[in-house]
Amino acid sequence: MEKRGLLKEFTKGIIKENPVLCLVLGTCPTLAVTTSASNAIGMGVAATAVLVCSNAVISALRKFIPDKVRIPAYITIIAGFVTIVQMLVKAFAPAINDSLGIYLPLIVVNCIILGRAEMFAGKNPVIPSILDGLGMGVGFTAALLCMGIIRELLGSGTVFGAQILPFQILIFILPPGGFFVFGMLILLANKLNTRAGKAVKTTPCDGCPMAANCSQKSEKCGEKEAAENVD
Amino acid sequence: MLIKSLIAVFLAAILTENYVLCKFLGICPFLGVSKKLNTAFGMSVAVTFVMVLATAVTFPIYTYILVPSGMEYLQTVLFILIIAGLVQLVEIILKKYIPSLYQSLGIYLPLITTNCAVLGVTMLVLQKVDSTTLYDYTYIHALVNAFGAGIGFMVAMVMFAGVRGRLESADIPKSLKGLPITLVSAALVSLSFLGFAGVVDKLIPLG
Repeated sequence: MEKRGLLKEFTKGIIKENPVLCLVLGTCPTLAVTTSASNAIGMGVAATAVLVCSNAVISALRKFIPDKVRIPAYITIIAGFVTIVQMLVKAFAPAINDSLGIYLPLIVVNCIILGRAEMFAGKNPVIPSILDGLGMGVGFTAALLCMGIIRELLGSGTVFGAQILPFQILIFILPPGGFFVFGMLILLANKLNTRAGKAVKTTPCDGCPMAANCSQKSEKCGEKEAAENVD
Repeated sequence: MLIKSLIAVFLAAILTENYVLCKFLGICPFLGVSKKLNTAFGMSVAVTFVMVLATAVTFPIYTYILVPSGMEYLQTVLFILIIAGLVQLVEIILKKYIPSLYQSLGIYLPLITTNCAVLGVTMLVLQKVDSTTLYDYTYIHALVNAFGAGIGFMVAMVMFAGVRGRLESADIPKSLKGLPITLVSAALVSLSFLGFAGVVDKLIPLG
């Protein structure tokens, strides 16, 4: 029973509550760094490392952080880990550091990480929080890798640098291609989820870290929900 | 020369280096708040304001405190804390002294702390200082760049709100409804911005 519960914390992030495709969080890195599969993996691993560490620390400190200042406290903890990851990447994988560029420090404002801190780690013990972080991280990496492979294959004809297609459709590695492939992947995820008989819950506010103090919530999410549930 | 380069920086930030459509920063509000024209506009004004303010504070702190003391690695932590603090400060000041403005902009402010466009603008401008060789990239350039980035964000948001308004009445295939069609139309809007590539260099030749 106990073990199954823990396993569930891990697996839910990969498919059922995939942070990118179902909760639609962390869209900026998803679109920006997926021009190649290796970039996607670099980003995924870096974000997973930050997510697991920050989840663990936040959950360990959850009884000490006053409720009123929890968001700034979370952001500080996350920023600390991002800096560590940034320094590690710079030292051991300078090529990835160059290709991810500004998006590496921008992991700080990745809503997946703050979202998990607010929704899970701030309320649950350390071990489930670590597993939750790991699962969400794997889900994030998988979605990024999927995007990265599609865009690299169509855009430059290669996968992980190995030539596969004899032609290339440049638009796929340019910004419009990112939006388009992402749209198609969400379409696919929605289709699979509805076929499996699960209600699709894609209100962005579900996972939004700022949902609690967002006065737009009722209006905006109501609209989204209505738009999504018409079927 | 100064004026010319300022105009070039401003136009580039809006058209060729649009933070939303070309650099993928600030996608969350772009998809979330662009449903109605007035909310899209309100959010953009708040973002522009915070971008300029944040750059005005972080740029001198980085150049005159972090670099001389060799603490560049503190950039991420410091910048996000400065932005969070500034947003909080602006919110309190607006609430106390200009309640009418707070009514219209206040609701967007808490969302801006975690807006990657703001952090992105403050960080990218520091890279530009090193990479710009044609002219000296000064504090004024950084401020103009931040203002241009905000206006670019506004242009993208307002344009996209218009597109989404049209989508409301369109007959969309069932499985594309909601987010997928929004992303596909974002792809088309972003495609149109690709057409601006090279325009600024042609219009304002520097050096």
